[in-house]
Amino acid sequence: MSDIRLDDKLGTAWRKPHFVKNPTLRWTLIAGFVAYMIAAFMTIEVDWGRVYEGLDRGWAFVLAFTSPDFTSRASDIWEGLLESIVMTVAASVVGILISIPIGLGAARNIAPLPVYVLCRGIVAISRALQEIIVAILLVAIFGFGPLAGFLTLSFATIGFLSKLLAEDIEAMDRVQAEAIKASGARWTQWINYGVQPQVMPRLVGLSMYRIDINFRESAILGLVGAGGIGATLNTAFDRYEYDTAAAILILIIGIVMALEYLSGIIRAKVQ
Amino acid sequence: MPVREQNGTQIWHRRTGRESLVRWFGWLLGVAVFVYCWQIISASTTWFFVWDAPRIANDIWTRATPPKWEYVTQLGRPIWDTLNIATLGTLIALCLAVPVAFLAARNTTPSGLFIRPIALLIIVSTRSINSLIWALLLIAIIGPGVFAGVVAIAIRSIGFCAKLLYEAIEEIDQSQVEAIAATGASRWQVMAYGIVPQIMPAFAGIAVFRWDINIRESTVLGLVGAGGIGLQLSASLNVLAWPQVSLILLVILLAVVISEWVSAKIRGAII
Repeated sequence: MSDIRLDDKLGTAWRKPHFVKNPTLRWTLIAGFVAYMIAAFMTIEVDWGRVYEGLDRGWAFVLAFTSPDFTSRASDIWEGLLESIVMTVAASVVGILISIPIGLGAARNIAPLPVYVLCRGIVAISRALQEIIVAILLVAIFGFGPLAGFLTLSFATIGFLSKLLAEDIEAMDRVQAEAIKASGARWTQWINYGVQPQVMPRLVGLSMYRIDINFRESAILGLVGAGGIGATLNTAFDRYEYDTAAAILILIIGIVMALEYLSGIIRAKVQ
Repeated sequence: MPVREQNGTQIWHRRTGRESLVRWFGWLLGVAVFVYCWQIISASTTWFFVWDAPRIANDIWTRATPPKWEYVTQLGRPIWDTLNIATLGTLIALCLAVPVAFLAARNTTPSGLFIRPIALLIIVSTRSINSLIWALLLIAIIGPGVFAGVVAIAIRSIGFCAKLLYEAIEEIDQSQVEAIAATGASRWQVMAYGIVPQIMPAFAGIAVFRWDINIRESTVLGLVGAGGIGLQLSASLNVLAWPQVSLILLVILLAVVISEWVSAKIRGAII
């Protein structure tokens, strides 16, 4: 930079610096992107006639949101929703209870190496498998119904919560934990008074967030037969009953919004 | 300070009698809710199948191993479709999320009273409905295929990207914006030179992060008929071709791991 002097720059207009500074890399990225886009558009087959025909139905669906039909399938909606909520609550409780010991084990600064490797392995498996795939396998094993959904959500909760809890424990203040240890505390007391108060606000916040996610996921588990509102929703779409589908979607959005609002209040209170 | 007299000596307690009573009732209520939920799940479960589960799991395992390796030659096209669904969906979502984010951020919204709530409603409603449900809906409207998957992923990602982006916009350094405005820049110039450079790293990070999530989600979209490798999975499941199922699951797992690795590398390079 030292050989560029102000005099050389006089008279030339200022130009905005580029986001990617290396020009070779920048042009390679742009060229690669353009090549990919061409390849992608060549291979996607879109039946525009079909899309055009569907626009009427799409508009009918949008209109259905202005007159959602809560009543004609009220008992199905209510049963599905109750099952979703029940699955969410039970799976969140069990998932959080199991993920606390696994989270402790997956934190390198408090767990010995064998335990650490084992717990990290559990977390990795749980995170790599998606809910819906786990649900398919569990439905095949345990049969249709909310038990499979409950197990799926618990399993997914473990991966999510343990990982974030372990990261939080690894980032904690060592001084406080050591002070407790120096007072002659047992291991359980050390965890209870040295570690737990430091991670508790974040644990509560993450748990609330996970309850929110679990409810959203419970809405789709019904598609593969694992209980919840998804089955009702799927039937409504299959029968082109857009007003019932709109009602279910409005209920899901409403509950998610309420949960988000509630978790905001709780998180503000614990922090 | 809560102190109680016991046998003439004063003993310190952490909580007053009333506080601990309230807490005790809170726990009681929580346990009661959990037991109620468990009873509902238990009532709609066929326990005979559950007791039979280990045998079934073992049976499926012996059927699914070893995976049918030669089937991998037929998975090239579905994987390419999956990649396209995730990438094109993310790109469309980003294009739509940017204006929504600018309308939703407190410091850039044209009208806090009318437009901001609408933008927030778009964010919440697209975020709270899973991409599988969007796919179901779009298949009913525009027919099955890759295009429905692309649009489903795009709609689902708008809320996520816009939320993170508007939070980034609200956190920008206002003095830079003022400096640009003080030179006499128009509204658009302030945006291009004062705000955009500040949120560019956050934007790139969000884009890659969401792309990674979308790869995961697009692998299962085929279960409802929206293209990608999920179609093969659902076809193999329907004919109980377990060796093919296990191979597809391995391929999905590999795709997820690779996309996570790529996204971690790119985010590491940006930040």
